[in-house]
Amino acid sequence: MIEFELNGKPVASASEADTPLLWVVRDELKLKGTKFGCGIAMCGACTVHIDGVATRSCITPVATVAGRAVTTIEGLATDVGKALQQAWIDNQVPQCGYCQSGQIMQAASFLERNANPTDAQISTAMNGNLCRCMAYTRIRKAIKVAAGADEA
Amino acid sequence: MAMQAEKLTGAISRRTFLAGSAGASLVMGLGVVLPGCGREEAATDIASNGASASFAPSIWFEIDSDGAIRMNIPKAEMGQHVGTALARIIADELGADWDDVSFTHADSDPKWGRLIPGVSLGDVTGGSWSVFTSFTMISQAGAAGRTILRDAGAVMLGVDPADCTVADSKVSANGQHVSFADIVRKGDVSRTFSDEELGALPLKPAPARRYIGHDTRANDIPDKSRGAAVYGIDAELPGMVFAHPMLPPTRYGSSIKSIDDSAARDIPGYQQTLELTDPSGLIEGWAVVIADDFPSAMKAAAAVTIDWEAGPTATVSEADIFAEGARLAADKSLGTRFVDEGDVTAAQALAVDSFGATYRTATAMHFPLEPVNALVEIVDGTCHVHAGNQYRAAMLPTLAAVLEMDEANIVIHQYYLGGGFGRRLWGDYMIPAALAAQQLGKPVKLVFQREDDSRLDCVRSPSVQQFDASFDADGTLTAIEHAAAAGWPTLTLLPSFLGTGVDGNGKFDGFSIAGADHWYTLPNHRVRAINNDLAQRTFLPGYLRSVGPGWTGWGVESFMDELANRAGQDPIEFRLARLDAAGKNAGDQHGAVGGAARQAAVLKDVRERSGWGRELPEGEALGVACCFGQQRDMATWIACVAHVAVDKDSKSVEVKKIWQSIDCGTVVHPDGAMAQAEGATLWGVSLALHEGASFVDGQVSQRNLDTYTPLRMADVPELDIKFIDSTEFPTGLGEPPVIAVAPAIGNAIFAAAGIRVRDLPITLNHP
Repeated sequence: MIEFELNGKPVASASEADTPLLWVVRDELKLKGTKFGCGIAMCGACTVHIDGVATRSCITPVATVAGRAVTTIEGLATDVGKALQQAWIDNQVPQCGYCQSGQIMQAASFLERNANPTDAQISTAMNGNLCRCMAYTRIRKAIKVAAGADEA
Repeated sequence: MAMQAEKLTGAISRRTFLAGSAGASLVMGLGVVLPGCGREEAATDIASNGASASFAPSIWFEIDSDGAIRMNIPKAEMGQHVGTALARIIADELGADWDDVSFTHADSDPKWGRLIPGVSLGDVTGGSWSVFTSFTMISQAGAAGRTILRDAGAVMLGVDPADCTVADSKVSANGQHVSFADIVRKGDVSRTFSDEELGALPLKPAPARRYIGHDTRANDIPDKSRGAAVYGIDAELPGMVFAHPMLPPTRYGSSIKSIDDSAARDIPGYQQTLELTDPSGLIEGWAVVIADDFPSAMKAAAAVTIDWEAGPTATVSEADIFAEGARLAADKSLGTRFVDEGDVTAAQALAVDSFGATYRTATAMHFPLEPVNALVEIVDGTCHVHAGNQYRAAMLPTLAAVLEMDEANIVIHQYYLGGGFGRRLWGDYMIPAALAAQQLGKPVKLVFQREDDSRLDCVRSPSVQQFDASFDADGTLTAIEHAAAAGWPTLTLLPSFLGTGVDGNGKFDGFSIAGADHWYTLPNHRVRAINNDLAQRTFLPGYLRSVGPGWTGWGVESFMDELANRAGQDPIEFRLARLDAAGKNAGDQHGAVGGAARQAAVLKDVRERSGWGRELPEGEALGVACCFGQQRDMATWIACVAHVAVDKDSKSVEVKKIWQSIDCGTVVHPDGAMAQAEGATLWGVSLALHEGASFVDGQVSQRNLDTYTPLRMADVPELDIKFIDSTEFPTGLGEPPVIAVAPAIGNAIFAAAGIRVRDLPITLNHP
């Protein structure tokens, strides 16, 4: 069994050590908010936090999170995280919505390190997160709003 | 399938609105009573069960005794917030308080009525049609509901119905009111409206509308911001096994010679590899790897070796498809005449000068971020399919043929779509899951890995367009001949929907050639629509967001620019001179009132707003294009200006800003409309500069994001999008704002650097 903390609670996975964390979270631990998109860490839909750092769960073997703290969209409870989710709603960001868990998790990790980003810094930080509906201008706007740098 | 639909359409009685008290609710629906069934029978069913198998409702809603109004939205939600838009239309006419309204996307259970192509409102979600094709019907449904509630409320208040007003979920008169909840609690409301009666109902004039045209928040957004929205890929059933598809080397004609799973047998969780036999012949040479969980299925799939006898297109390349398209387009004897105005042949014979150009678009993929997937269970003689889909009415008979089951015993459960863009108009991904579930006798969850999703994609066909312009001795344009060759989605998927040439000869795919019938008045104009048979045999051509106009527009608007430059005229003036709204371009259709005059108006608007004609730094320029989408009888009028910077040394293009002026008539949900326009505009940028795939050895070779590279945030230009204030009939929006972007960028590149680009995606490496 591989033990780790998921959204603040201890969990154990019976999966093979090399099983991607994504599938452990989704199918074994039944948290479906984290999404499968490309499987090669290039779309960002699977983004979770491992010890607070945005990480692509589709290529992260579950064994590597043993003893560590994993946060998914369902457990995002930081002030920054809440501000982002509210900004997402206030700015009507999601279209199909499939990428948005990953976008928010990426943005939350980024804002913890850069509380007052420029547009260019946001674009750099978010460039690995594909939005196929191309809601990019609203994603960027909502991140600025959540950072307090812009009005909703 | 489509033939069957036409027969049903002919046999079906006309539309009816039914209202009846069912339990503690008042149920109302607008639809058609099915052949052999009576309106009274349907009304009785509704009153007793809240649903009727003899009634195919296009829209239905219920009001419970607490006044909660629950609507069923038959359209698929894939990012367009369609439920919010359609529910707002009904709520406005009904006189509902928006806070009382909620909605769901019901399954296709026949108890709700049959999903019938061309009949049921929920038959298809695509074509940017949802608001356009629903607006009148659901407005009337709301108005009928309001009339029923008003009349029932008037009785309770003891007043004349004519003295009542209906608003905020209340019927009011003389300072008194009863709520919708009061009326429902009183019960015994049963009434029907005929088609004629529906048509005679007064609809609210635009100034009286409370919700249409007024902003709101989309109901689906909070869940999508919290990871709580449920997509097809999230569906689970007890006892399900996981399936990984093993795709054949060609779309058609491959067969399995042998399967060797010896290397997979030691993989924990691996169960078996199933060869699939599809009685309908839609999938050929498929197998699925079955495992306890998806990671094991992926691992096992990589270890299973299958030896295929490859189908006949196993060596076809993108270059082969282009070469065939060029050959077909160049042969003036080929093609179906889609437009034939004046006498092009005579004009060409008299011409003293001519100019031709060829435009091409490469294979483009849907690449919905949620890979296609389906969960299927066949239990007690009923097949339950859990998957997001845009065209369930087409998949029900298809699955019936695949499973050799009665269509009435198949239910497709709807989910949020993690991207549609036309990919989920065809539910082929349900087929292997259904066959495996039937063979195994247990629920099967089949998820495509990204690379397989790309391989199976019904891509936008590579296209080749040849334009030939003729001029008289004064250099005046006398004729344009336009030939367009591509794979046709409709030829394979809906052949009975093909159109017939204007001379009565041949067939064409209207979805693939729309846009070539533009609103410019030309003295002589011929369009030949040509099917690229090699494309058709190699892959299943699909409908990609913006469909035919997405690539015909590339040719039409680039060529207009070339002609303007050749004539030494301003490209906007050159266009305006031909947008005279004369004759057939006056626009007398319901969805195109005003015709070319509205096309000209958006062009003038974008000229003004973009500061057209101003000085820009060296290497920078503005380019223009205009379009209408998605079809002549549903025209959303758009004009686009792109500001680009071209670096000739590095051969790079930066799109600095895009202006779009959009006239889609009445805008139902303004913020949702803007979101669609923003996304579609960036799709235009992406298809212009970032997205291109190619066939190699009979399959698309760019299968994941390491090689297929849609637009990312860092390359997003500034957007300035304006909707023209209008109360004309609402048209469509999800796709049209894609169309003009690529030619505007191409035309700007020419203006900036003198380089004429004629291929999509644009690259300056081969000018």
